Amino acid sequence: MKPITLTINGETIRATVPPRLHLADFLRDQCGLTGTHLGCEHGVCGACTIRLDGAIVRSCLVLAVQADDTIIETIEGVTDSGEARALQAAFAARNALQCGYCTPGMVITALDFLATAPDPCDRSAIRAHLSGNYCRCTGYEAIIDAIAMVGGQ
Amino acid sequence: MSFTDPDRPSRQIGRALPRSASRRLAQGRGRFASDITLPRMVHAAFVRSPHAHAELGAIALDAARAMPGIVGVFDAAAIDPWCTPWVGTLTHLAGLKSAPQYPLARGRVRFHGEPVAMVLATSRAEAEDAAEQITVDYQPLPPVVDALAALAPDAVPIHPELGDNLAFERRIEAGDIAAAMAMADEIITLDFDFARHTGVTLEPRAVVADWNEGEQRLTVHAGTQVPHMLQDIYALHFGLAAHQVRVLAPDVGGSFGIKIHIYPDEMAAIAASRALRRPVRFVADRLESFIGDIHARGHQVRAQIGVTRAGDITFFDVDDLTGIGPYSAYPRTSAVEANQVINLIGGPYAVANYRARARVVFQTKAMMSQYRAVGHPIATTVTEALVDAAARRIGVDPVTLRRRNLIADDAYPCQSASGMRFEALSHHGCLEKLHAMMGYDALRAEQAALRARGVRRGIGIASFIEITNPGAAFYGVGGAHISAQEGATIRLDAAGHVVLQAGVTEQGQGTETILAQIAAEALGLAPEQVLVRLGDTDSTPYGGGTWASRGAGVGGEAAWQAAHALRGQLLTLAASLLQADPSRLDLRNGQITDDDGTARMALADLARIAHFRPDTLPPGIVPELAATRHHVPRDYPFAFTNGVQGSLVEIDTETGFITLLRHWVVEDCGTIINPLLVDEQIRGGVVQGLGAALFEACRYDAEGQMTNATMADYLVPMAAEMPDIEIGHVCTPTAETALGAKGAGEAGTAAAAAAVLNAVNDALAPDAALLTALPLTPARVLAALGVIG
Amino acid sequence: MKSAAFDYVRAGSVAEAIARLAADPFGTKLLAGGQSLLPALNLRLSAPALLVDIARLPELAGITLTGTTLRIGAGCTHASLLTAPEIARHAPLIAEALAHVAHPAIRSRGTLGGSLANADPAAELPAVMLALDATMIIEGPSGTRHIKATDFFTGMFETALAADEILIALEIPIRTQRSGFAELARRHGDYAIIGLAATMTADATRLAFFAGGPTAQLAQRAAGALGTGPLNHERIAAACTALAQDLPAHDDPEASASMRLHLARVLLRRVITPWINPSIRTPITA
Ligand SMILES: Cc1cc2nc3c(=O)[nH]c(=O)nc-3n(C[C@H](O)[C@H](O)[C@H](O)COP(=O)(O)OP(=O)(O)OC[C@H]3O[C@@H](n4cnc5c(N)ncnc54)[C@H](O)[C@@H]3O)c2cc1C
Ligand code: FES
Ligand code: FES
Repeated sequence: MKPITLTINGETIRATVPPRLHLADFLRDQCGLTGTHLGCEHGVCGACTIRLDGAIVRSCLVLAVQADDTIIETIEGVTDSGEARALQAAFAARNALQCGYCTPGMVITALDFLATAPDPCDRSAIRAHLSGNYCRCTGYEAIIDAIAMVGGQ
Repeated sequence: MSFTDPDRPSRQIGRALPRSASRRLAQGRGRFASDITLPRMVHAAFVRSPHAHAELGAIALDAARAMPGIVGVFDAAAIDPWCTPWVGTLTHLAGLKSAPQYPLARGRVRFHGEPVAMVLATSRAEAEDAAEQITVDYQPLPPVVDALAALAPDAVPIHPELGDNLAFERRIEAGDIAAAMAMADEIITLDFDFARHTGVTLEPRAVVADWNEGEQRLTVHAGTQVPHMLQDIYALHFGLAAHQVRVLAPDVGGSFGIKIHIYPDEMAAIAASRALRRPVRFVADRLESFIGDIHARGHQVRAQIGVTRAGDITFFDVDDLTGIGPYSAYPRTSAVEANQVINLIGGPYAVANYRARARVVFQTKAMMSQYRAVGHPIATTVTEALVDAAARRIGVDPVTLRRRNLIADDAYPCQSASGMRFEALSHHGCLEKLHAMMGYDALRAEQAALRARGVRRGIGIASFIEITNPGAAFYGVGGAHISAQEGATIRLDAAGHVVLQAGVTEQGQGTETILAQIAAEALGLAPEQVLVRLGDTDSTPYGGGTWASRGAGVGGEAAWQAAHALRGQLLTLAASLLQADPSRLDLRNGQITDDDGTARMALADLARIAHFRPDTLPPGIVPELAATRHHVPRDYPFAFTNGVQGSLVEIDTETGFITLLRHWVVEDCGTIINPLLVDEQIRGGVVQGLGAALFEACRYDAEGQMTNATMADYLVPMAAEMPDIEIGHVCTPTAETALGAKGAGEAGTAAAAAAVLNAVNDALAPDAALLTALPLTPARVLAALGVIG
Repeated sequence: MKSAAFDYVRAGSVAEAIARLAADPFGTKLLAGGQSLLPALNLRLSAPALLVDIARLPELAGITLTGTTLRIGAGCTHASLLTAPEIARHAPLIAEALAHVAHPAIRSRGTLGGSLANADPAAELPAVMLALDATMIIEGPSGTRHIKATDFFTGMFETALAADEILIALEIPIRTQRSGFAELARRHGDYAIIGLAATMTADATRLAFFAGGPTAQLAQRAAGALGTGPLNHERIAAACTALAQDLPAHDDPEASASMRLHLARVLLRRVITPWINPSIRTPITA
C-alpha cells in the first residue's frame, strides 16, 4: 500500500492505495466518482477519460500511485465548476447521448478539443479529436453537432 | 385523433423534445449496475475454458481458497444445487433441439470462454488472483469450428445425446420456382459470407445480486432490457416464487439485444449470492464480453435471383447456413435469426416465387442469438445485392429496377411470398424521397465525371422492411414466458402532476421521454409534469421490456390508453364539481377547460380537492386518480415498417480502402412521437450497420479460439471514419392503435451494410469485380480487383 | 481485467532507476507513460514484481539544440513533441508521424522513450528514428553508450537495451533533407497495416518501413535503386521492384505478405513521387 495526496475536483484527497489500483477504480470505488466509466480497461474506448494536470488521459492507463501530487478533474468536477455547462446543454439539446455511458469521456475530450482547436467548428477536426472515444449508441453525428454548436458560440 | 395536426391543443406527440435523462447522464450522474455497491458485497471472477472443446477432468480449487480476500470458490458440483439447468428451445420453432446448459461447465467445455469455475472475493483483483490459482485438467476434443463441417457425416457431435449437430432446419416454398426459373432471362447466383459480430455495449454486462436471507428475497440489479423476463427465469431456476424475486434495471450502458439473454456467468453469480447470503457483483470485463456475450450474424448464404430482360424479378431462392455455438440461447433460442433471414428475404418486392432453406448448426464457438435487427442485415444484404446484380446484368439503373418491382404503395394489405403480412408500407414513397434527397441523377453525373479522372465512386441503394411491435407470435406461442403485452399505470399526485410506471425499459432510446410526451398530450400537461418510472419488477406493470422495436408502438400505446383512462376519470370528477358535461370539458395547460379552451379550474386544484378535501365532493363521487391499461398487438403478428438507404463511397483502388462519403435514410415508422429521438436511433443503428460493412468480425482460428477479443483487435466504428447521415421520413401510421406508432430502433442497422456493399460493387463494376463477403476489408477489395492474389 | 499485484517506486534519478533495475533485472520494469505497459498489465500479459516510475525524471525531459544535433529526452510525451517548435523546424517528420499515433488522451502520457523501447513492429516512431538516422543514448550500470537506430531495433518488441539499461535520449543530426510520411491504418489512430517514413538528402535516401515485418526497418535495396541525383519515375519503379527483397514476408489477418508488399510499393510511390518535382514543397529541414 502506498500513500498518495492529490487534488481531485479542487479537494485535497489523502489515500492509501495498492500500487496495482488504476486511477479509474480509485476514483470510482474509493472516491465515489462513478461518472468516470470503464469500458475496456485497455486504453481503447475512452470511457474513462479524465483530466490530469490539465491534459486529458485514460484513467484506466494511469495508476493511482502515479497520480500522487497531481490535479485531477473528472466529469463531476467540470460539472460543478460550470466549465462543461454549455457542452452538456448542447449534448442534451442535440440528443448527443443515448445510454450516456460514453458521455462523461466524450464531454471531457470535447472540452479539450474546444480549448486547443484552431477552428472549433471544424467537423473533421472534431471527429479526429474524438477518434479514440467509442460510442455504440449515437453514431457520433449528434456529438459532433453538439461540439460544433458550442464551438460556434 | 390526428397526431399530424400541428395546431391541435396540448400537442406533445411529434415534438422534438430532448430527453429528460440527458442532463443527469451528461453530468456523470448515471447510475449503472456496475456502479452499484452494497454492504458486504463480493466480486465474482471466472475461470474460463481456454479450449473450444474438451473433456473436463479434475478441477483443483484448494489453492484458490487459500488466497487473500477469498469468500467462496465454486465449480459445477458446488453451484448446481442452487440453480437448475435450462434449455433454449421453443415449440413454434419446430424441430429445434438443444442441450441443458448449466451455470458452470459440467463434464465438457464446448466453447472458448465457457465458465468453468467461479471465485468470489472482496475485490475483483483478488478474485482474479485466486482464479489464476485454479488448475483444471482438460482433455482436448476435436474442435468443431466451421458450420458446414459441423454437418458432415463424420463430424464430432457436440452433444452426443442429440445425435448430430443440426439444431434446426426450416424450408419455405411459395409460388412456382420451376416456372419462375423458366421465365427468367437471367439467373444470378451469389455466395455471401457474413462475419460474426458481437454487440460491444460500452458498459459490459453487469449484475449485482442480493439474496436477503431474512426477507427470503432475491434482488438483482441488472443491466438488462427485460426485468420481468429475468424475474420469471430467476424464480424458475433458483427455486423461488416470482414475488420473491425483484429485478431492477438501473441505467443501462447500451444493450442492442445483448442484454436479453440468460448467461451462465450471471446465473452463477446470482446463485452464489444465495449460497453465500451476501451481495455479489459480476461485471464482465472486456475480454469476457468478447468471448462471453452473445454473438450474431455469422451466416453463409447461397442465393439466386431470376430476372426477365424487361426487368421483372421472377424469383428468389436462398440457402442459409449459420453456426450458433454449442447451445441454443435461452429463452429466445438461437434459431430466430436464421428464421428471420428467410422470412425477410425478398420482402420488399412483389415476387410470388420463393424458395428458402435455413440450417442452424451447433459448433464449438461462442453462442449466437439475437442482436439488434435480428436477421435483417443479412436478409437485406442478400436481397439488395441480388437486385443490384440483376440490374447490372440486364443493364438498367438499380433505382429503375426497384421502381418496377417494389410492392406498389396502394397494394396493401398484402402478404410476402414467405407469408409475412403487411398492413401498409410505402416503398415507392420512400424511394422517391431518397432519390430526391440524394440528388441521385446529379450524383450519377458526378460519378461519371470523376471516373474519367480516375476517382472511383460508387452509389448504393437498399430497400428494407423491419419487423416491429411483435405480438405473442414471436415467443409466447412457443411457450416462452416473454410478455408480448405491455402495461402502464398512471396516477395523479396531490399537486396535479402524474406518475407513470410502465413495463417497457430504457437503455437510452428515450422511452421515458416518449412516454412522458404521450401522457402529457392526453392530460394537457407539460412533459416535465409526468414522472416516468421504469425497470423495477416490484412496482411497474408487467411487460416484456424493450426489444424488437416495441417500446413506442406497444409500450407507448399502453401509456396512451392509461393516460386516456385517467383523463376520463379526471374530467368526470371535474364535471361533477363544475356541474358541467364531461364531454364538453378538456384538459389543457394544466387546466380543466371548456372545449373552446376557456379555463375552468386548475388541475392542481382538482388534485388538491380530490386528495385533501374529498368531503367537499358531491355525494356518491369517489375520485379515481389512477388507471392501468395494457396493450398487445393482435391484428398483425408484427407491425412491419419499411424504408430505404443510400450510400456514397469512394474507393482507393490501389490500397483497397473505402471512404464512406455520405449516407441517407428514408424510413416510415408511422406516427413519430419524437423526431429528435427517432433520427438519432436511426443514425446510431446505421453506424452499427456501417461497422458491419467495413470493420466488424469475431475472428476464430482453426482451434476455435477467438483471436481478436480486445477492443484493439475487434474493430468497431469510430467517429473519424463515419459519415454524416441525412434522414427523411414518410409516415404511414398503423391503424391497429390509437397512436399509430411503429418501431424505428432497428431500421438503421437493417440496411446500412447492404447500401454500402451495393455502393462498393457499383464503384467496382467497371472492373467486373464483385464483393459478397462482409466486412469489406482492403484485402477483400484488392483481391476482388485482382491486385493481390 | 485487473493487473496482478506489483510494487511501485518513483525513481528520484536515473542512477536510482538503474540500481533498481540492476537489483532484479527481470522482475523489474520501467514505467514511463504506461500507455503500452498498463494495458499489458491489466490484461495480465505481463506480471513484473516492481515498477520503477521514470516519468518525472528531469534527466529524461526536454529538447535541446546543440550545433548540428537535436537532442530529445526519452521522457518527452508524444503530445509535447507534436507542438514543440524545435521539432516543427528541425524534425517535422516526428510530428507528422505522431499525428497518426493513437489519440490525444494517449499521446498526452505516452513517451518517445517508451515507444522506442517498446519496439512495437507497427509503431511509427521506430521507423521515424531510422529515417532520421537517430542515435540512441542509453545509460546502464557501466555508463553511457550510443547506438545507432539501425542497430537498436533487433526484433519484434526487442531492442538492444539490456534489462538494466535506460534509454535516456536520442540525438538526431540536423541535415538538409526532404522528409515524407504515409501509413495505411484501418481507423484513425490505429496501428498501421503498413507505413513508411522517408528522408532524402543530397547523398542518401532512407526508406523506413513499419508494420512490414517483425521490426521497423530500412529498405536498403529500394533506397539503392532510387540512387542519388535527380529522381524520375523509372527509378521509383525500380525501387518498388527492389522492395520485394527488402521486406520480409509478413502475414497477419489484416494483410497477407503479398498485399503488404503491394501496399508498401503504393506508399513508396506516393511519398517519393512528389519529390521528382523540385518545386513541390515538402518539408526541407536544416
Ligand atoms: C489505444 C492505444 C493505441 C495506440 N496506438 C498507437 C499507435 O498507433 N502507434 C504507436 O506507435 N503507439 C500506439 N500506442 C502506444 C503508445 O504510443 C505508447 O505511448 C508507447 O508505445 C509507449 O510509451 P509509454 O511512454 O507509454 O511507455 P510505457 O508503457 O511506460 O512503457 C513501454 C515499455 O517500454 C519500457 N520503457 C519505457 N520507457 C523506457 C526508457 N526510457 N528506457 C527503457 N525502457 C523504457 C517499459 O519498461 C515498457 O516495457 C497506442 C496505445 C494505446 C493504449
Ligand atoms: S476504460 Fe479506459 S480506455 Fe476504455
Ligand atoms: S451513448 Fe451509449 S455509448 Fe455513447
